[in-house]
Amino acid sequence: MTTSKQTVDREPTEIEALLPFHAAGTLNLRDARRVDDALASDPDLARQYAVIQDEYAETILLNESLGAPSARAMQKLFAAIDAEPARKSAASFNPVMRIAGFFSSLSPRTLAYAGVAGAFALLLQAGVIGTVLVKDRTGGNFQTAAFPAQSKTGTFGLLRFAPDAKADDIAQLLNNYNASIVSGPKAGMFRVQFGDKALSKEDAAQLLTRLQGEKIVSMVVSAD
Amino acid sequence: MSATHATSDEVLIGRIAQGDRLAMQVLYGRHHVRVFRFSLRLVRNESIAEDLISEVFLDVWRQAGKFEGRSAVSTWLLAITRFKALSALRKRKDAELDDETAAAIEDTSDNPEVAVAKKDTSNALRNCLTALSPEHREIVDLVYYHEKSVEEVAEIVGIPENTVKTRLFYARKKLAELLKAAGIERGWP
Repeated sequence: MTTSKQTVDREPTEIEALLPFHAAGTLNLRDARRVDDALASDPDLARQYAVIQDEYAETILLNESLGAPSARAMQKLFAAIDAEPARKSAASFNPVMRIAGFFSSLSPRTLAYAGVAGAFALLLQAGVIGTVLVKDRTGGNFQTAAFPAQSKTGTFGLLRFAPDAKADDIAQLLNNYNASIVSGPKAGMFRVQFGDKALSKEDAAQLLTRLQGEKIVSMVVSAD
Repeated sequence: MSATHATSDEVLIGRIAQGDRLAMQVLYGRHHVRVFRFSLRLVRNESIAEDLISEVFLDVWRQAGKFEGRSAVSTWLLAITRFKALSALRKRKDAELDDETAAAIEDTSDNPEVAVAKKDTSNALRNCLTALSPEHREIVDLVYYHEKSVEEVAEIVGIPENTVKTRLFYARKKLAELLKAAGIERGWP
């Protein structure tokens, strides 16, 4: 199929009209693919595209040859700015831009600290919720089918499974660690009880380290 | 006008809206050369083009609080530049926007025939690009040099997107005619 036509006075075809934008790299992915496909199958279009690439290169050279303005322009600008009346409060400025500005003004390190603080707050919240759930369960007579009443003793942790973890794998892991899910998920974390005896701090830390190494565990922290 | 600046243009505009001169200096440093070249291609007078730069950025200083971020800052700048340049041209009796005037103004540099005599196709192409009408020059510059998309050119020039495509097509056709007149046959389309 020939996309380009040899008539002199005519409207451009849809693809032809996109060629200059393709040369400049400003087409969206879909249109860029359409043009690439057309170029691959139409030699006339490919020849026209080569001409456009020359025009593109020469336009850049022409503009670059225009040089730059003198310092006079900047001096004039800032003299004019100095003569402007004092700026009012920025309250009228677009709120979306202000939020974007706030986050952009933070350094990467500040953002990292903020992220850690956020994660900690999330874990703290999960812990509190888990504790409340356990207290409620032991204090009253309410009991769900999913989470049978658990012993107050034992070692507890908050665990987040990998997104691709399968139910069979989770069941196998819980079995291997003599563990059971006590509550959750809250904020993506399950409260898990390991055995029915409280482990020493060292043993609990080792257990959690081992768990963290499991393929289907994305995060685990100790919980009271 | 790269999008990978450490502080985005949009954030600078936010700071300018609050009266931050340093942000203004940074924005000016990033964009003033392209603003100058775009206006110079339109008004063809260095002194006027330099005056336009300060006018454009003074508008930015005044209007920053109203910028809503719907388009790129560079697009906004070029739209202001175009408006200022056309206003400046209208004030000049000898610079009306017609092909006849454009053709007269471009006489200051080598014409296409001279360039061909030099056997320099590249120079001839550049001369023909200069000889295009202001309407065709601006669309060629916006697409090729300022790398603006169909949508952005439509916004800057104030025409429908389909008109952007067809206007560029006819600008290229005119370019081929100028080159042919200068003895360079590239074929059309």
